[in-house]
Amino acid sequence: MISKTAKALDVQALRADFPILERVVNGKPLVYLDNAATTQKPRSVIQSLVDYYENYNANVHRGVHTLSMEATDMTEAARKRVADFINAPEPETVIWTRNATEGMNIVAHSWGRGNIEPGDEIVTTPMEHHSNLVPWQEIASERGASLRFIPLSDDGTLDLSDLDAIITERTKLLAFTHASNSLGTINPAKLLTEKAHAVGATVLVDGAQSVPHMPVDVEDIGCDFLSFSGHKMMGPTGIGALYAKRELLEGMEPFLTGGEMVLQVSYEKASWADLPWKFEAGTPNIADSIGMGAAVDYLSALGMENVREHEKRITEYALERFKEIEEVDVFGPEDPELRGGVVSFHNEDVHPHDLGTFLDQQGIAVRTGHHCTMPLMSKLGVVATARASFYVYNTEQEIDALVDGIKGALRYFGNGLA
Amino acid sequence: MDELEELYQEIVLEHNRKPRNFRKMDDPTCTSHGFNPFCGDTITLYMTLDEDVVTDVSFEAAGCAISKASASLMTQAVKGRTVDEAQATFGKFHNLVTNGANGGEDDESLGDLVVLAGVRSFPTRIKCATLSWHALRGALEGEETVSTE
Repeated sequence: MISKTAKALDVQALRADFPILERVVNGKPLVYLDNAATTQKPRSVIQSLVDYYENYNANVHRGVHTLSMEATDMTEAARKRVADFINAPEPETVIWTRNATEGMNIVAHSWGRGNIEPGDEIVTTPMEHHSNLVPWQEIASERGASLRFIPLSDDGTLDLSDLDAIITERTKLLAFTHASNSLGTINPAKLLTEKAHAVGATVLVDGAQSVPHMPVDVEDIGCDFLSFSGHKMMGPTGIGALYAKRELLEGMEPFLTGGEMVLQVSYEKASWADLPWKFEAGTPNIADSIGMGAAVDYLSALGMENVREHEKRITEYALERFKEIEEVDVFGPEDPELRGGVVSFHNEDVHPHDLGTFLDQQGIAVRTGHHCTMPLMSKLGVVATARASFYVYNTEQEIDALVDGIKGALRYFGNGLA
Repeated sequence: MDELEELYQEIVLEHNRKPRNFRKMDDPTCTSHGFNPFCGDTITLYMTLDEDVVTDVSFEAAGCAISKASASLMTQAVKGRTVDEAQATFGKFHNLVTNGANGGEDDESLGDLVVLAGVRSFPTRIKCATLSWHALRGALEGEETVSTE
C-alpha cells in the first residue's frame, strides 16, 4: 500500500546524479531498462568507493591504527544504515554477503542442514529465481525433504485458495520472493509469513526485487530471513545483506570459517565470534559495504514511498502503452498495485534475442532470455521473454522509445521492412 | 542501422520466416539435440546418411532469427555432401562468424552461408549461428545432446 504522503520526485533533476545516463549507445541516448538485472549508481555511491580507497583504505577490526579504525567505523555504520533501511531491530542481525544468492545459500547450509529433517517439506513458489530454488532442491535432496509449490494463477499472482493444504504442519520452511523478477508480481509477504508461522515454519523472503523498490519492513512482515543485493539498489556489485532474527543466527553454525569469525583459536579447536562476525569469515568487502551504505542514504533521501509511487506510475503508463501493440503478450498482473516495475513480454514471430539486438541498436537496454527462471518460462509456454524493468530515473519518454522500438522490430522481422 | 542490416540480411530474415527442411524426419540415421544455455534456444537435427553421404537433413527448432536461419542455410549447404565435406564446412563457417569474411576461397565455397558474416559484430550472437552446426557435429559423432557452452 502506498502511503498518502508519497510525493512526486523530480526525475529530471535526479537523473543528473547518475553519470552513466549521459551515455550514448550506438549513436542514441542510453535508455536503460534493465534495472531488475542491475541498477545504475549515483555519483555519491561511486564517490564513496573512491573516498575509501583514496583516504582510509585499511583492513577492518583488530587494527589499532587510525585508518583501520576509520574503515571499521565506516563499514559498521553502513551496516547500521542497511539495518535501519529494512527496520531490522539491531545491526548485528544484518550479515554482509556477496549478493542475495549468497544469503540464500547461507540459510540453506547453516540453517537448513541443522533444521531440515527427512520427511519435512519446503514450500516455495513457481516464480522463484534460480537462487531461491536450486539451494532448496539441493538441501531437500541431501536431507530427504521435499519441495512443494504454491500454484500460480493465470494472472501471474499466487493462487492462495488452497494455501492451508500446502502450508501444513509438515512445512519446515517457506521460501518465497517478495517481488518476481520475471512477472513483476508482488507477493503478500506478511500474509504468507503469518500462515507459515501459524504452523511453526520458518520464513525466508527473497528481497532482491523488493528492497530496492518499495518500503520493506522486516518487523512488519515478521519474516525470519530476508536476503537482498546491493547492486540492484544503486550500490556496488559484490555486496549484499542477509537479515535474520537473532535467535536463529545464534543457533546456526557458520557457513564459512577462518579469520575474522573466531573468538579464540587453539591448534585443536576454535570458538565463534559474536554476531554478526560469526558469519563473515575472511577480510570482508569493505569498500562495497560502504558503497551500499551510500546507496541506502541516497534512497532514503528520496523516500521509498516516493520511489515506489514513481515506479507504479511508470509501470502503469508502460502497461497502458503496451496495449497498443496487440501482437505482444504481456505477462504478470495488470493491477499496478500488485506489481513492481517489471514488464515481461513476448511475441510469437520475433524472438526476444532478435528484439534485444534490435533495441540495442537504438540505445535501449532490455534483458532477454529466461531471467534465471527456467521452470517459470516453461510454465508460461515460452522459451524466453524480453523484459523491461524500471527504476526511479526512468521516464515516460523512455517508455515511448521502448514501445516505438518494439513496433519497429515487429515491422522489421515481420515483413522485412525497417 | 548499418550493423543491424548486415546482421539481418534479407536472406536471413527470409530463411527465418520460411525455414527450409524444417520438419521432423521419420527414420533418421542419426539425430542430435542442441541447446544454447545462454538464451534457451533448442534444435533437434535429423540426418539420413547413405554410406558417408548426407542424403537428407532436417531440423525442428525454437530460437531466434539467427539460429533458425543459420540452421535452414546449413541444411541446404550440407545436403548431398560427404560427412568430411560437412565437417570441413563447419570449420570454415566457424571461422567466418568469428573472424568475418576474408573475401577468399573459403567464402566462395560457403555459398549462401556468407550472409551470416555480420554475426561477427555481435559477439553474443555467434553461438546462435553455430548452434545447428554443433548439433550436426553431435549427430555425426554420436552425441545425443550438445551444448554451445
